[in-house]
Amino acid sequence: MSDSEEVRNEGFDDALDAVAEGEGYYLECSNGHGSLPPRRVCPDCGDTELAEQRLPASGEIDTYTVTHVATPNFADDAPYVVAIADFGPVRLTGQLRDVDPEAVETGQVVGVDVETTETTGERLLVFERR
Amino acid sequence: MPGVRVAGVGVTAFGNAPERTGRDLFGEASAEAFSDAGVDRADVESLYYGNFMGELAEHQGHQGPLMAEAAGIRAPATRYETACASSSAGVRQAVKDIRNGEADVLLVGGAERMTNLGTQGATEALAIAADDLWEVRQGMTFPGAYALMARAYFEQFGGSREDLAEIAVKNHEHALDNEQAQYNSEITVEQALDAPMVSEPLGLYDSCPISDGAAAAVLVSEEYAADRGIDAPVAITGTGQGGDQLALHDREHLATSPAADEAAAEAYEEAGISGVDVDLAEVHDCFTIAEVLAIESLGLYETGEGIDAATRGETAAGGENPVNLSGGLKAKGHPVGATGVGQIADVVKLLRGDHVNSDAVPDADVGVAHNAGGTVASAVVHVMEVQE
Repeated sequence: MSDSEEVRNEGFDDALDAVAEGEGYYLECSNGHGSLPPRRVCPDCGDTELAEQRLPASGEIDTYTVTHVATPNFADDAPYVVAIADFGPVRLTGQLRDVDPEAVETGQVVGVDVETTETTGERLLVFERR
Repeated sequence: MPGVRVAGVGVTAFGNAPERTGRDLFGEASAEAFSDAGVDRADVESLYYGNFMGELAEHQGHQGPLMAEAAGIRAPATRYETACASSSAGVRQAVKDIRNGEADVLLVGGAERMTNLGTQGATEALAIAADDLWEVRQGMTFPGAYALMARAYFEQFGGSREDLAEIAVKNHEHALDNEQAQYNSEITVEQALDAPMVSEPLGLYDSCPISDGAAAAVLVSEEYAADRGIDAPVAITGTGQGGDQLALHDREHLATSPAADEAAAEAYEEAGISGVDVDLAEVHDCFTIAEVLAIESLGLYETGEGIDAATRGETAAGGENPVNLSGGLKAKGHPVGATGVGQIADVVKLLRGDHVNSDAVPDADVGVAHNAGGTVASAVVHVMEVQE
């Protein structure tokens, strides 16, 4: 492997691959707690029986912000909307793109997809209004 | 159990000093702490030192021994890192060591060099306190995370940007005569509301500045202070730490800080006090909304009721619950690794009567310091009391 080759983050990148294919999943323990991979143990109860479950198709925006001062990795993306959306068993942090920030409200229903950033071309989770 | 006394404190001016090295900053703060304490450097048994972004800002890991050298002590040294709560975590270890009878004299403190990174670079460095995979890669910044909490708070409990602006105005007012503060300037609610947005609903004046600085304190056992005739009237009577899931979205509530609730409960139980006994508090107002979460966790206000405490004047000098008489992180500055011990230094001076704002609290006996890491996935609270 050369130094320049991008090394994947096992578990995380697999989860993003699945979201991109419309087959997003989360991890569920035998007590019904949801969490995001990679994990070997439920962060809520310590249960080690974790199974992949299909991520609900839509979530609801709990809170959001319009970020104007970005890190260098998002300099060309700013200003952009970051939101936390509740998908039931798990919440996700993602960006709402192609939307007037003034039109974003809590409670709006969104789906999740994977796109790339303007600045670096890295993958990120995006929310799309349903 | 041996009692823990603060023999001396030392803090550099917080502010814009991009060319100063971390070791120089800590050298200054620790020298002042030793001078204030009247304790011989040779008696120090360990250094517990807080620093968050030294690898990024100075390409420097393994800072413990470096900072022991800078302080002129020959003793084992360990760096503590709990993001913005780093140096308080070190203090907590020192308190336990002295109580356990394992040590009589310890140096604690922290330093951070930040402004050499520039605003974007420091924003990137601060962001590593969040979950890199599930938060930072989506563009979440540190101000952005607190903005998410602020909007969640408004939705759940009410409140407005005006209420947050009142907190910034109050903390700037407190720092007017504090020569160690980054800002000695008055601001108005209108200026705060009209300032450029950082991450909506938080604007420039809702955000603490990027700062360089260091803080140090010499902690000793009660017995050592008595034997050596050291004047150390302030004791640390309670220490508490709480933890939470790292990513904000993994928390049950987005508008409260349960890790700080736990830290306060533990520290208060040890000290045998409750929120009503607190005469003054230095709290972690990295953003204005953070002061609200802090005063609720400390039991100065019920959950959902702290938002307009500054608007009502209650948390200002002369109010019933004075908060951040130093100017807080907002006006004093926030050199991350130094902040926790800087807060303790302010509380100690306010209680001793030699702080620039001591006149606002002439009869104060009980002070608390609340230091938070990340979006309060780490929180450390200390209770300090004047002893007879």
